[in-house]
Amino acid sequence: MAFDSLNALIVMEGHGPYVWTCYGVFFLLLGVLVWWSLRERRQLVREQKQLQQQKTEASPLQAGSTAGSFQRINTSRQ
Amino acid sequence: MWQFFHKLGSPKWFYGIAGRFMPWLLGIGLLLALSGIVWGLGFAPKDYLQGNSYRIIFIHVPTAFLAQSVYLMMAVAGVVTLVWKMKLADVFVKAVAPVGAALTFLALFTGAVWGQPTWGTWWIWDARLTSMLILLFLYLGVMALGSAIADEKSAARAVAVLVLVGVVNIPIIKYSVNWWNTLHQPATFKLTEKPTMPPEMWVPLLLVVVGLYLWFGWIALYRMQTEVLRRERRSRWVQDLMHPGGRSDVSSGGARADGV
Amino acid sequence: MNPARKRKLSIILFLLAGLAIAVGLATYAFRQNINLFYDPSQIAGGEAPVDVRIRAGGMVEEGSVRRDPDSLKVEFRVTDYASSVTVMYEGILPDLFAEGQGVVATGHLNGEGRFMAEQVLAKHDEQYMPPEVSKALEKASARAEEQGAKELPNY
Repeated sequence: MAFDSLNALIVMEGHGPYVWTCYGVFFLLLGVLVWWSLRERRQLVREQKQLQQQKTEASPLQAGSTAGSFQRINTSRQ
Repeated sequence: MWQFFHKLGSPKWFYGIAGRFMPWLLGIGLLLALSGIVWGLGFAPKDYLQGNSYRIIFIHVPTAFLAQSVYLMMAVAGVVTLVWKMKLADVFVKAVAPVGAALTFLALFTGAVWGQPTWGTWWIWDARLTSMLILLFLYLGVMALGSAIADEKSAARAVAVLVLVGVVNIPIIKYSVNWWNTLHQPATFKLTEKPTMPPEMWVPLLLVVVGLYLWFGWIALYRMQTEVLRRERRSRWVQDLMHPGGRSDVSSGGARADGV
Repeated sequence: MNPARKRKLSIILFLLAGLAIAVGLATYAFRQNINLFYDPSQIAGGEAPVDVRIRAGGMVEEGSVRRDPDSLKVEFRVTDYASSVTVMYEGILPDLFAEGQGVVATGHLNGEGRFMAEQVLAKHDEQYMPPEVSKALEKASARAEEQGAKELPNY
């Protein structure tokens, strides 16, 4: 350890505010980027599932589309 | 080789293979980067001249380094878009531009905070700082241009051209400190020479650089998967993947897309 | 206006704005010269204009710093080991300012070839090392100098 105590690590002989600001912004911004990417994916999946659910309910004949129907389900976004 | 190239054009194949790499990239990347940061912050010796403020280098250099290589990767993808019209290349550019912008901003921000106590100013219009600011504008321009054009194909072409025009900035950033008098000092890490610091300083720095690269690999693949799902949402394999009540490891970018 | 035209217009506006920023930055950079500062040889060679706001940069010459005991006035010589120029400054110097260290000063040259600085910034190099190593290096070079005085260096 380059510092004698936890306090010394935080103060860093007066340079603490500069160093910790940088590391704080670094983790904050990259964290936001990850959170935003995850949210984008979740939203897309949720919307798509809803659309397909509606489609399935509207035409019960195609409910088992995974079970070997040749019908291609075309969803359109209006 | 050509088979691989051809396969890369298949979004479904990409989705599955990306999911297989992602956990490794994220796990090893975080491990390396975090251990490098802890080492750099708490255990590396202080600098004889700057004292502890130099510890900002452990995130300043990796973000600046990665910001430039991400742009180079985008330029390669831009050529692929224009010449081979491979959609996945455009997906890459679209997915990583915000990541590149964030990294460039971080490099500028940490540099400014570091400059305040060491140089005596947080900003100066020297060649290195100005060219890095232009890189940030290029990233923002790529993002804006991509979303301004609705037609996917013309958007891909326009963005690729902008990326390629902007690539002249990269050698300017890299060599600005050698070509002109700047306040910014020359590079600490060079590929051909020994680093200008002792191992107990450059090893943690290298750990963060490699770790951040791997982390970038993860977030790039994750964001590309999302974009692929969005573009292919009318295709059969995506609809099967998202079948109501079906298996839903889609959000985590599950590896089993090809097993549906 | 139909959506397609609106989009086209926004693209054009965007490109124009981008171009304006790029040209603005470029002219700004050229006005100040892409080189951030003149070095002492350029100043001694008469390349730097007199009474115009410019920057001068180089190393602070060892033993040249003279501080006024009653004010913040300070005088030192900046060198590139070929020529040197005298800098006059009044104000607080950055922490890293020291003899043998790099500086960049903003100000103007007066008619007598002195540089009147308004701002002094520290410029450091890409060398990083622990304090102990730096001390050891200083000792080693001092010892080498002593020996060098006695005998010819054998390299």
